[in-house]
Amino acid sequence: MDPKLGAIEPGQTCPICGNSIRACPGHFGHIELALPVVNVLFVKNIYELLRATCNKCGRIKIAPQDAERYIRYLKRLKDRYPYLARRFSEYVKKQAIKASKCPHCGAEQPKIKLEKPTTFVEYYEERKAMIRLNPLIIRSRLERIPNEDLEILGYDSKDSRPEWMVFTVLPVPPTSIRPSILIETGIRSEDDLTHKLVDIIRTNERLREHIVSGAPQIIIDDLWELLQYHVTTYLDNEVPGLPPAKHRSGRPLKTLVQRLKGKEGRFRGNLSGKRVDYSARTVISPDPYLSINEVGIPIDVAKTLTVPERVTDLNIDELRRHILNGPEKWPGANYIVTQDGRRIDLRYVKDRKSIAESLAPGYIVERHLKDGDIVIFNRQPSLHRMSMMGHVVKVLPGRTFRLHLAVCPPYNADFDGDEMNLHVPQTEEARAEARYLLKVQYNILTPRYGGIIIGGIQDYISGAYMLTIKSTLLTREEVMELLASSGIVKEPLEPAILSPKRLWIGKQIVSMFLPEDFDYQGRANISSGPLKCEDIECFWDSFVLVRKGKLLLGVIDKKIIGAEQQESLLYWLAKEYGIEFTTKFIDHIFRMFIKILEKRGFTLKLDDVAIDMATKSNMYSLLNESFKRVEELVQKYVEGTLEVVPGRSLEESLEIKILEVLAEARDRAGEEAVSNLNPFNHAFIMARTGARGNVLNLTQMAATLGQMTVRGERIWRGYMGRTLPHFKKNDLGPIARGFVVNSFFNGLSVTEMFMHAAGGREGLVDTAVRTSQSGYMQRRLINALQDLYVEYDYTVRDSTGSIIQFIYGEDGADPSKTPYTTIINVDRIVGKVIGWGR
Amino acid sequence: MGEIGGARNSIEKLVESELSGLMPRIVEDIKMAFTKYGISYEKAKHMLKIIKDEIENNTIDPGEAVGIVAAQSIGEPSTQMTLRTFHYAGVRELNVTLGLPRLIELVDAKKTPSTPLTYIYLLPEYNNREKAIEIARKIELTRIINVALKVDVDLFNNVIVLTLDPSMLIDKGVSVDDVVKSLQKHLKKTNITISEENPNEIIIQFEEPIDPIKVESIRDKILNIKIKGIKGINKVVIQKRGDEYVLVCEGSNLRELMDVEGIDYRRIRTNNIKEVEEILGIEAARSLLIEEMINVLEEQGLDVNIRHVMLVADIMTRTGTVKPIGRHGVAGSKDSVLAKAAFEVTVKQLVDAAVHGDMDLLRGIAENVIIGNYIPVGTAKVKLVYNPYMG
Repeated sequence: MDPKLGAIEPGQTCPICGNSIRACPGHFGHIELALPVVNVLFVKNIYELLRATCNKCGRIKIAPQDAERYIRYLKRLKDRYPYLARRFSEYVKKQAIKASKCPHCGAEQPKIKLEKPTTFVEYYEERKAMIRLNPLIIRSRLERIPNEDLEILGYDSKDSRPEWMVFTVLPVPPTSIRPSILIETGIRSEDDLTHKLVDIIRTNERLREHIVSGAPQIIIDDLWELLQYHVTTYLDNEVPGLPPAKHRSGRPLKTLVQRLKGKEGRFRGNLSGKRVDYSARTVISPDPYLSINEVGIPIDVAKTLTVPERVTDLNIDELRRHILNGPEKWPGANYIVTQDGRRIDLRYVKDRKSIAESLAPGYIVERHLKDGDIVIFNRQPSLHRMSMMGHVVKVLPGRTFRLHLAVCPPYNADFDGDEMNLHVPQTEEARAEARYLLKVQYNILTPRYGGIIIGGIQDYISGAYMLTIKSTLLTREEVMELLASSGIVKEPLEPAILSPKRLWIGKQIVSMFLPEDFDYQGRANISSGPLKCEDIECFWDSFVLVRKGKLLLGVIDKKIIGAEQQESLLYWLAKEYGIEFTTKFIDHIFRMFIKILEKRGFTLKLDDVAIDMATKSNMYSLLNESFKRVEELVQKYVEGTLEVVPGRSLEESLEIKILEVLAEARDRAGEEAVSNLNPFNHAFIMARTGARGNVLNLTQMAATLGQMTVRGERIWRGYMGRTLPHFKKNDLGPIARGFVVNSFFNGLSVTEMFMHAAGGREGLVDTAVRTSQSGYMQRRLINALQDLYVEYDYTVRDSTGSIIQFIYGEDGADPSKTPYTTIINVDRIVGKVIGWGR
Repeated sequence: MGEIGGARNSIEKLVESELSGLMPRIVEDIKMAFTKYGISYEKAKHMLKIIKDEIENNTIDPGEAVGIVAAQSIGEPSTQMTLRTFHYAGVRELNVTLGLPRLIELVDAKKTPSTPLTYIYLLPEYNNREKAIEIARKIELTRIINVALKVDVDLFNNVIVLTLDPSMLIDKGVSVDDVVKSLQKHLKKTNITISEENPNEIIIQFEEPIDPIKVESIRDKILNIKIKGIKGINKVVIQKRGDEYVLVCEGSNLRELMDVEGIDYRRIRTNNIKEVEEILGIEAARSLLIEEMINVLEEQGLDVNIRHVMLVADIMTRTGTVKPIGRHGVAGSKDSVLAKAAFEVTVKQLVDAAVHGDMDLLRGIAENVIIGNYIPVGTAKVKLVYNPYMG
């Protein structure tokens, strides 16, 4: 390797710039080619230029007076509408290519064809002659094109003359760009680019020798072609029509274009996104005793990640303690940067005491992460800005990151083995932004629809419901235990029931957490079906009413404190008492909701979805009835008396009708089964309150799975005329076409299990396809919209300053603060001022 | 009455003076709400203060990267959408593309949607069942294939015998004479007569011998001859919405439909964005784009603030034509070379930039990420710095 290409080994000094390996940027060399070759990347441009200009005089094939006009026009366009200028040049180019006679010298123009990838051929039609243009001719023709004519065609004559599109000298990149790898065995393995350069040099030398020795033209042409091939693949190894250059092992070489292109290429892989230091990744697990703003960090991680802290008079003692602890003991420090920029690695310092002594203001200590630091926490896929939020560090034992359950929805996280990333901001500005803009509490409201995105999920909702239902009566001890678990110190209110025993109701306890002048009303999640309530006249306790900070009516469930809900109690708390308050509210009251479940016990058991014999027989008679109706439909179809749905064929009509009948059968069977469940059945409570699952899930567990579908149709593929060999041919009945009568409780029959698998498979495929499609759509959306911002005059502009919207969203409202279509909700303000009586 | 009216007037004046500079629509809303609840002057004054604070609070912050927020707000819920293409949208006779495929279609600004639909409302005097059926028959594209039972080719006699299906003729409201007329119009050098033994048989006598090789194409040509209707309107379903009859058509052809007598051209609605752009203009296309996107999202039960959708529609339509979001449209017409190279077709962008001697002004997001600068939105957009040593 030529040392003049730049220093590559430690300790080596570069003979060109005199720098060592750290500072030497590397220097280009060159190869003088024996004969010129075409640059594949510009083949299209060469082709255009050859056709647009005269092959004799090199002028653009546009009449002089027109050309003059075009230039004037183009100059005017260029200043104001660069995009149009480019389009105009395209148009002129087309005109020039059309001309078959040069308007300057009058020479007849032959047709030029491009034989992919790099060969140009001239056709003389009258003489029926064909001439191959070699790079020498091409280059000389391109040289003849005057600068003015290039301007018309939109080419930049100063920085890119067209003859430069044909190589006479090939640049050789410095070795730092193509380092050789030393394998343990001591064998040197060269980079792909180096391999390619070797090929080029070898062919070039052979070509030169043959020319000097006066070899026959055919041999020279062959070698010339080979040189062209090597230079082409050196630039781009995926040119259509050329076999890719391969490594000895058969792996195609990764040459220049391949380095830039695609997701792992230089642009997308190394420039737009980079691998970073000061980051960590591990499995996540839940911890309901953290604040939603916090993240639990394993000690091992805290000892590796560091925060640079500048020494001042105020923190010098604290930092000295860190230094004394060293890199092994938490909370310690890993590095010290002195005022002259020297880095001291504390791992190799024997006498930490003296180092700590010598610490002075102006030093920077890279200390361990400790409680109260701010970090950025992230879970992929990072689909929205709530996928990266600022958390306050809480160092904990263990090996996993811990997070509060209420922040799962924005990250879309669960604990079935999910891993998350953590980044430590390293500058004061970054830390300030993370703390005052990115922290979880500032992301409680989503800009997507202005609703609450952080809130109760699963057990929090069950717990809230269990606490606030009318049948929950608590003794003083229980009340105290609950309050203690929430971490609140307050004297409980007067009990709701004084005799025979002093007992509190759950609503009273919840009221203790609400601000004293808070008003709220809304329907709970259970308010549907038979439990529906529209106003305060509510027997089922499904209408929630809060007046002056007292929960007077209604149970608390998903619609009231759930995540991703609109106009919920939590939402109005956040709106009227600020996020600071809401954060505290969530931190405290949610612990209590879990506590009540811990005390009472709350689980899903097999009996929850078991139904008694009477219900079962009712259910089966319902199903049988429907099966009979299907049979009738099939009968009608066979006879040809079936009524046809307009615009559908007979078969389609039958299928539509059968699907309708069977869907109704499932729903009715489900209703029958679910209505006979105990209302205090835990599975049922979870479905009703919105904690987890829905009535359909219950139906499938207790009653019947219903019709399995693939692409919205009953299952029909398989053998000729039947789905499985267990059935008769052309059986159109429910069972033969994938209706699953059994429930998960009963267990599926063999054929049913097969049908269920077919339906389930579709779901899996669907998700796999969807994620890639929506991911690409989002990438395109982001790319199209990323430069837009709101200017101080509330216009929306792009990076060039052109206006996209005159007022953002037609009223300048912030979508995260205005869930309704208008910027303010007058009704609520009126209600707040003059009271809710009306 | 006069006194109350006077009080109302003064309140309205107060609202106007307090909230001057605000959008008239919002001021009107507030006035209406005050009237509705019958609010006194004093209370109104107090409330206006709250309203003013609230509005200031709810206004977007300058520098906010609204584009990225909009893109994320539409992209993130799209991962939760079902891929199921077909869904019954009220009419079970017609299929409508919904969900993610439809959203992608809208963002791509496709020439024709995969399931074009037109909703036609009728003028009041045509709003009855008979007239609706009449118009539906008139516009529905009927070809010979729709009414033919069979086609027999007699090479020996140079004759093609077309047998029509009488039930279909009635259904489509076509007479045998209509078919003959349209055949005469489209076929040259033929003699067309109705068979004497069967009134539903049409005999097409060719003057020149039929080329046996071309039999298939002649047959297809005959079957595809249009009898009546409008090109593109393949199926019409009559629906009753409230006390109005609505014609739901598969396919769209605004230009010709709007000319049909009895159709209320002001309320006709299609889901073909490109066609609306061409016929009704870019503003109409923008509105339709917003409506269609909101429809897709709402149908899937996903909440997205309309402002995000508006921004997407605005960036797609701002040049005066509907441009797709992607390398052939919005992203491809960017000024920055680096931003384009970082998106798609990296090498082509770089080569073009070299040829044209392009310059990158490094004003966008992607460029600044690449060179490692702060991105020019949000807190980094601000160029003012506080100098503690000054003054």
